[in-house]
Amino acid sequence: MRAVVILFPGSNREGDVARALHQASGVHPVILRHDEPELPVGTDLVVLPGGFAYGDYLRCGAIAARAPVMDAVRRHAQRGGLALGVCNGFQVLCEAGLLPGILMRNADLRFICRMQHLRVENAETRFSSAYARGQVVKVAIAHGEGNFVADEATLERLEGEGRVAFRYCDAAGRLGGAANPNGSIHDIAGVYSERFNVLGLMPHPENLIDPLVGGIDGRGMFARLMAA
Amino acid sequence: MKARVIVTLKGGILDPQGKAIEGALKSLGVEGVGSVRQGKVFDIEIEADDQQAARERLGEACRKLLANMIVENYSVELV
Repeated sequence: MRAVVILFPGSNREGDVARALHQASGVHPVILRHDEPELPVGTDLVVLPGGFAYGDYLRCGAIAARAPVMDAVRRHAQRGGLALGVCNGFQVLCEAGLLPGILMRNADLRFICRMQHLRVENAETRFSSAYARGQVVKVAIAHGEGNFVADEATLERLEGEGRVAFRYCDAAGRLGGAANPNGSIHDIAGVYSERFNVLGLMPHPENLIDPLVGGIDGRGMFARLMAA
Repeated sequence: MKARVIVTLKGGILDPQGKAIEGALKSLGVEGVGSVRQGKVFDIEIEADDQQAARERLGEACRKLLANMIVENYSVELV
């Protein structure tokens, strides 16, 4: 499994993602700049890291989604290649049209930085097979625009096709109320593309790979991805 | 040619920033404020043969970048 991490001006979690990928595989991923027109030959997995690409100008992810490298990422995804967008990377994937919906300002207008429980909604994908359906995992969230919005028809399709990856929940797996940190519709924390080869999520699994910093619930995702 | 592009949130899309501004205006004692929705304004200098061509280029700009059509509408004024 050859992984590439895309670096936009304003990305700041590329090191975190690279560390998680290295831990899982023993190989340092390629860090690729936003203005590259092609991915390295043989790329299996593209990761769009968290941060504030282009300063979140216009809309979060909007300008990054139109960067030259994104045409290559789009072709990669169309070929069935794997792509993972974390936090700002999720916003970029939505703006690029690789995932449906959009991430709007958090309902309470606050930037939220804390630990958060998630319920695994689909454990049968290349990203999630280390987990069990309904399993509650604890990861970090850090965002100001994580409020997932999509129209009714899109939501129905996401729900019907099992494309909701994770939902915000409390420690017991209960949804709603204070367990939803940002107002996301249907408590959605992450979604898959139609063919389940693209995943975007607001939480940071790459930050939960070491017991020193609060847990290892994020390890499973990278371990399974890199084992393939 | 000078143009003003206005991007607004579609109806029914939650606008927490507008709500916060609405609350602030009310707390400042500005009377008669019903509701506030926040949008964006872009003043653009554009070259085109005529107004029709300018509108088409600006529409393209909106659809490609300035507006996210999932949650936003746009309108174009030539000035």
